[in-house]
Amino acid sequence: MLSVPCPYCGPRDETEFVNGGEGHVDRPVPPEAVGDADWAAYLFFHDNPKGHLRERWLHAFGCRRWFHAIRSTADHAIALTYPIDAKPDFPA
Amino acid sequence: MSRNYSALALLRGALGGNRNWDQAWRSPEPRAHYDAVIVGGGGHGLATAYHLAKTHGMTNVAVLEKGWIGGGNTGRNTTIVRSDYYYPQSAAFFNHSVSLYEKLSRELNFNIMFSQRGMLTVAHSRGEVDFQRRLVNGMALNGIDMEMVTPDQARKLCPIMNFGPEARYPILGGMLQRRAGTVRHDAVVWGYARAADRVGVDIIQNCGVTGIDRDPASGAVTGVQTTRGAIGCGKLGVAVAGHSTMLADMAGFRLPLRSYALQAFVSEPLKPVLDVVASSALLGVYVSQSDKGGLVIGGNADAYASYAQRGNIPTAEAVSAALVEFIPSFSRVKMLRQWAGIVDYAHDSSPVLGLSPVPGLYLNCGWGGGGFKAIPAGGETFAHTIATGTPHPLITAFSLDRFRDLALVDEAAAAGIEH
Ligand SMILES: Cc1cc2nc3c(=O)[nH]c(=O)nc-3n(C[C@H](O)[C@H](O)[C@H](O)COP(=O)(O)OP(=O)(O)OC[C@H]3O[C@@H](n4cnc5c(N)ncnc54)[C@H](O)[C@@H]3O)c2cc1C
Ligand SMILES: [Zn+2]
Repeated sequence: MLSVPCPYCGPRDETEFVNGGEGHVDRPVPPEAVGDADWAAYLFFHDNPKGHLRERWLHAFGCRRWFHAIRSTADHAIALTYPIDAKPDFPA
Repeated sequence: MSRNYSALALLRGALGGNRNWDQAWRSPEPRAHYDAVIVGGGGHGLATAYHLAKTHGMTNVAVLEKGWIGGGNTGRNTTIVRSDYYYPQSAAFFNHSVSLYEKLSRELNFNIMFSQRGMLTVAHSRGEVDFQRRLVNGMALNGIDMEMVTPDQARKLCPIMNFGPEARYPILGGMLQRRAGTVRHDAVVWGYARAADRVGVDIIQNCGVTGIDRDPASGAVTGVQTTRGAIGCGKLGVAVAGHSTMLADMAGFRLPLRSYALQAFVSEPLKPVLDVVASSALLGVYVSQSDKGGLVIGGNADAYASYAQRGNIPTAEAVSAALVEFIPSFSRVKMLRQWAGIVDYAHDSSPVLGLSPVPGLYLNCGWGGGGFKAIPAGGETFAHTIATGTPHPLITAFSLDRFRDLALVDEAAAAGIEH
């Protein structure tokens, strides 16, 4: 069982959380100026590293708040969690 | 000793104490250059190499496998072969694949043990029955042998399912594909490997690809860097399932794929209790019984991106709970083994096949949790694509460009469970 450190509640079992996929995928603007290739990049062509990935998580059965986590896809270890509106450097 | 497998060869082998069998395939040293290199010694890579040599006369071909052949998803899957796909493009491709499987033992001179025992997918609500009826009618229009079954027929097909009054999810019917069934996964790997070797393909194991070389001017592929040195190639086919984006990273482009762990479970051997593949999309579980008697159980993929080939406990727990709800008498069965493979999903749960942005580099990926059934057709069409440089007509709908063009083949909405 993965222990997920919620930035608000501390470490909790992963069954309390919902993984929200990759974080920091910014919607391109303005929409009328965005071409097909850029929309496709935004919607579909994401990062899939074997290593650290920045993700969104929801503490669904806890404080019900969204936050970010930097998690390794190789061994699932979570290196850092931080608020939804932040983007700290990593490694710091 | 004859190189063909037959009852007579078995007898002769037995009389000789089984000491005189030839190696099924060679383990050659890699050459400096091949006309085509296939990365990935799973079913798709091996079948592709076989067809390149056999059908297209390209015999200077190598398959590079970082571990052992079949050590990826092809050797980890739950071996369900079916073609109950909803969209016409998928139906044409997967039905062709099932037809090829029906002839594959003879084609490869290797018994792949295709057991067409039928696959029953049950429905637990009026809504699900209506949805299945829509699927079955759609599939029938595409020429797939699908039929609806009533609760009574479902009970006859598989009486051990939960028909009790206490069932939280009552079984109100289901859909059945009689041609579906199971295939021995290792036999597919070994059969294709042996057949490819016999038409001249070099199968090189313990040879991981670590880099892709490109011509600085044209950008075209010129070779690969591997753990066994540099190997030049004219064309490069990539069939590495959950590791596809890593190969794309090496070549400098992105794929619309994410890698997840998908788990499976095998129980202790039981007396025969289950002679169909039984599946419930709502519960998230499917199960069949192998010839050795073990129950082979699968469910949904783990909940987050992963390259860890082991799987997480919450998913294992969810699949076990689903199995007990589905077939309560299995509650006392002990599990022997649990494992996971890394599967690559596109947003529409359809494969990504054909050309890549890099000249000379071809893609066979995005199979997610369902590409074992696709191996014979995948190999045939990928070999055509590599040999001719033009996507085979059966795979044009699965091009990488479909994401830019929003021409998705949204099987994700139609299937509801991996396998
Ligand atoms: C638990 C589970 C259950 C499944 N159940 C079913 C099912 O019932 N029916 C069905 O149709 N499908 C099923 N699937 C999906 C199916 O197994 C796959 O889609 C299929 O096997 C993919 O075949 P492949 O040859 O593309 O990939 P693989 O068999 O995974 O082969 C890819 C190979 O590439 C190698 N490789 C990776 N990176 C490199 C590198 N850098 N250099 C060299 N080699 C490399 C790997 O070692 C691997 O051997 C299941 C999958 C899993 C994990
Ligand atoms: Zn919290």
